[in-house]
Amino acid sequence: MADKNAILAGLAEIVEEETGLETEEIQLEKSFTEDLDIDSISMMTIVVNAEEKFDVKIPDEEVKNLTTVGDAVDYIANAAG
Amino acid sequence: MTQHPALTPTQPIDGTAVLGLGVHRPNVVVDNEQICRWIDSSDEWIRQRTGIVTRHRAPADVSVVDMAEAAALDALKDAGIEASQLGAIIVSTVTHPYKTPSAAAALAARLGATPAPAFDVSAACAGYCYGVAQADSLVRSGQTKYALVVGVEKLSDIIDNHERSISFLLGDGAGAVVIGPSETPGISASVWGSKGENWESVGMDSSLLRLRDALAEAQETGDASRLLDREEHLWPTLRQDGQTVFRWAVWEMAKTAKLALEKAGINPEDLSAFVPHQANMRIIDELSKQLKLPEHVLVGRDIADAGNTSAASIPLALHRLREENPEISGGLALQIGFGAGLVYGAQVVLIP
Repeated sequence: MADKNAILAGLAEIVEEETGLETEEIQLEKSFTEDLDIDSISMMTIVVNAEEKFDVKIPDEEVKNLTTVGDAVDYIANAAG
Repeated sequence: MTQHPALTPTQPIDGTAVLGLGVHRPNVVVDNEQICRWIDSSDEWIRQRTGIVTRHRAPADVSVVDMAEAAALDALKDAGIEASQLGAIIVSTVTHPYKTPSAAAALAARLGATPAPAFDVSAACAGYCYGVAQADSLVRSGQTKYALVVGVEKLSDIIDNHERSISFLLGDGAGAVVIGPSETPGISASVWGSKGENWESVGMDSSLLRLRDALAEAQETGDASRLLDREEHLWPTLRQDGQTVFRWAVWEMAKTAKLALEKAGINPEDLSAFVPHQANMRIIDELSKQLKLPEHVLVGRDIADAGNTSAASIPLALHRLREENPEISGGLALQIGFGAGLVYGAQVVLIP
């Protein structure tokens, strides 16, 4: 199991790059759409960058299930296994 | 084995080039305020998500062939070629409302280009690059001396203004090029292909057979309620799964664009312009970023004014770039189309 703190930190950098949000704002319980105001197009950019950074595959149909930052961290941790 | 004389094949030539470029922009301007009367949205939301400020749409009495004719005449004039010299007419469109005969055959007759072979290409937003790839091959093989390629769409005929996945992006228009022989190659090898596994990610929401069957049912039963029910969507219109298409359009197409540069034997810094299909400003921006284009490379951003015009978008965007920056004439443009199929095509061309 990959280190979830490291994944969160890496994911926060990707989100910051795409949205300009501060990395401290990217917390596990935050919802991508509700709290961080990330639209579907930005979400795809984040997903593709995360795939590259963590060397995992996140299929389109899975993206819809990634509601919170924590969901994404868990998915990446499991996929990176 | 029967004895027979050797067959005479075509005599290939070394190179081809785009000799002239022309467009037609229909005059009905649909702004975001109008769009927001159809869907619950705002000017700000649409600009932020798509970069679109207006789209141009054709009036009811203007057809695909009318728009194609206007663009073709403009391109012929730009090329200094007479319609009678054309040896092939290729019309890329998904909105000519007759399954047969083709828009191209009608166009050939209107232009006075008969008996040139004439046919339509159904490759949606990749249609223009598909057409250029075919015209280049026809001319280079010696089959044809001059070929006309038209990308034309009246997408307003196949949209549902009240749905929000794609309709608000779309506009109408036409762009045309004349392709002919050139001592210096002015069109690179094309990179083109398909990914039918994603057939359902963008395209019509049903076939015309559903409408036919509903009509037959209404005539048989005398009950026309289904025909009148807006929720039935009997007239097929476009839909898309935006996220899937966006992902493919950026990250897969960036690879295709890079391959097209490689096949052309050039680097990004050799380009004067990058003209991707005008699908969405966010796709254009992200693609440009992925390609690491140097600052001097102009990027086609006609979508802000014209919307997404499918097969017409690349020639329209290239034409606008050339109008606003005449110095790019004689420079190289990387063009890439991608869309419903999924299908894609890319090549580098010398800007006429």
